[in-house]
Amino acid sequence: MPTGKQEYDQMAKKAAPPSKKGKDLFFAFLFGGLICTLGQALNVLYAYLGFSETEVKAATPVTLIVVTAALTGAGVFDKIAKVAGAGTFVPITGFANAIVSPAMEFRAEGRVLGTGAKLFSIAGPVIVYGVSAAVVYGLIAYIFHLY
Amino acid sequence: MAQRIGRYTLRFPSHPAVLAGAAVVGTTEGEGPLRAEFDRVFPDDTLGESSFEKAESALQREAVTLALEKAGKRPRDADLIFAGDLLNQCIGSSFGLRDFGIPFVGVYGACSTMALALGLAGLAVDANAARLALAVTSSHFCSAERQFRQPLEYGGQRPPTAQRTATAAGASVLGAHEPDKPYLAAATFGRIVDLGVQDANNMGAAMAPAAARTVADFLHDAGAGPDSLDLVLTGDLGAVGTALFRTLLNKDYGIALSETRHADCGLLLYDRETQDVHAGGSGCGCSASVFNSHILRQLQCGALRRVLLVATGALLSQTSTLQGESIPCVAHAVLVCAPENGKE
Repeated sequence: MPTGKQEYDQMAKKAAPPSKKGKDLFFAFLFGGLICTLGQALNVLYAYLGFSETEVKAATPVTLIVVTAALTGAGVFDKIAKVAGAGTFVPITGFANAIVSPAMEFRAEGRVLGTGAKLFSIAGPVIVYGVSAAVVYGLIAYIFHLY
Repeated sequence: MAQRIGRYTLRFPSHPAVLAGAAVVGTTEGEGPLRAEFDRVFPDDTLGESSFEKAESALQREAVTLALEKAGKRPRDADLIFAGDLLNQCIGSSFGLRDFGIPFVGVYGACSTMALALGLAGLAVDANAARLALAVTSSHFCSAERQFRQPLEYGGQRPPTAQRTATAAGASVLGAHEPDKPYLAAATFGRIVDLGVQDANNMGAAMAPAAARTVADFLHDAGAGPDSLDLVLTGDLGAVGTALFRTLLNKDYGIALSETRHADCGLLLYDRETQDVHAGGSGCGCSASVFNSHILRQLQCGALRRVLLVATGALLSQTSTLQGESIPCVAHAVLVCAPENGKE
């Protein structure tokens, strides 16, 4: 009997080496934790420098975004992310990288239809569904507050 | 004139000669185990071009130039060139070869292109349709990443089953039989096989069934066992696909291919211990560069006498992947033999 699709699916799964989950989890925790600690440190620093609470809330993510953008531009961020995985992907650093990397990549196709059009090719869905989720949440919160 | 033997295989009675082959590669490939075998290693993956697509075209141009030079031929001596690559509309080939003035036959076989183009070139020479025919293909890690996957600087993790698209090109020059040159004895153009693998990060598993079927078809048509071949050289099955390929050959076709008679270009091109390539190499340039350097040299000196190059291609597109389709695959095989005048 020749191998069928179902049987081959099992064979292929068995032959595929699994990701090193323990190592991935550890580094995701380490780098994610470091980035959050850095964020907290920035918070404290900006507050110490006399920024208002609203300004601190803006300044901290902006700093992390600028640092990520610079590291992406220097070709370093992907090397860190390779090890850190979700550790760099989940915080705002992942989002910044997802905007900057296509902007760099598609420069060859021109500033308008290259960089301009492809800028949101990765982050676009996050924005669309992030905003949609916020609208739904806002509606629910609004309805509950009516009563 | 080519003869059909069995159901799927074409024999080339005139034994078209592989007059020369050339392989050019990028930096990572040039740091691999075969570094000394390549005709040229580029120190910069842009090759000094302004885009990676242009760089890939330059790879192909360089491979053809060097192969013709090694064969002692000029572009105007060539009657046909069979070429293809992975980029949309095969622009690596058409842009890379536009200045040669050689009648151009664009082919698409994804990563199976080297064997496909060699088979067609062999067919053309054997039929006297071409006195000199070329087969060339290329792939570039960066142009493939941006077309099929994510931007280069995007920070993501790839699963262990993923393979690295080789930055490489290989070209072969085929002509009428010459007793002191390796020759093409047969070709089997493969059937499309799809066992339902959908994971574009596990191409080896997707392509292994196609490779097994083509090898089984060839051996069946030739009426021979795997011991009639010195080497079955698969194109880019990588570590995962290689294991599945041997299992399928045994299980479905009753062919026991020993480990010593099988090699995979995707595993030969890189050192998986020290180079970050996950399951191995892939891409048209993978089999093209390994065949046109290391293997052709081994055939020329008689260290290998009968090599079945079985290059596999995953015939997917970004659209088909997004639409949740499985990956149809194909494997083409060419039998390349050592020179008749060579040492036993």
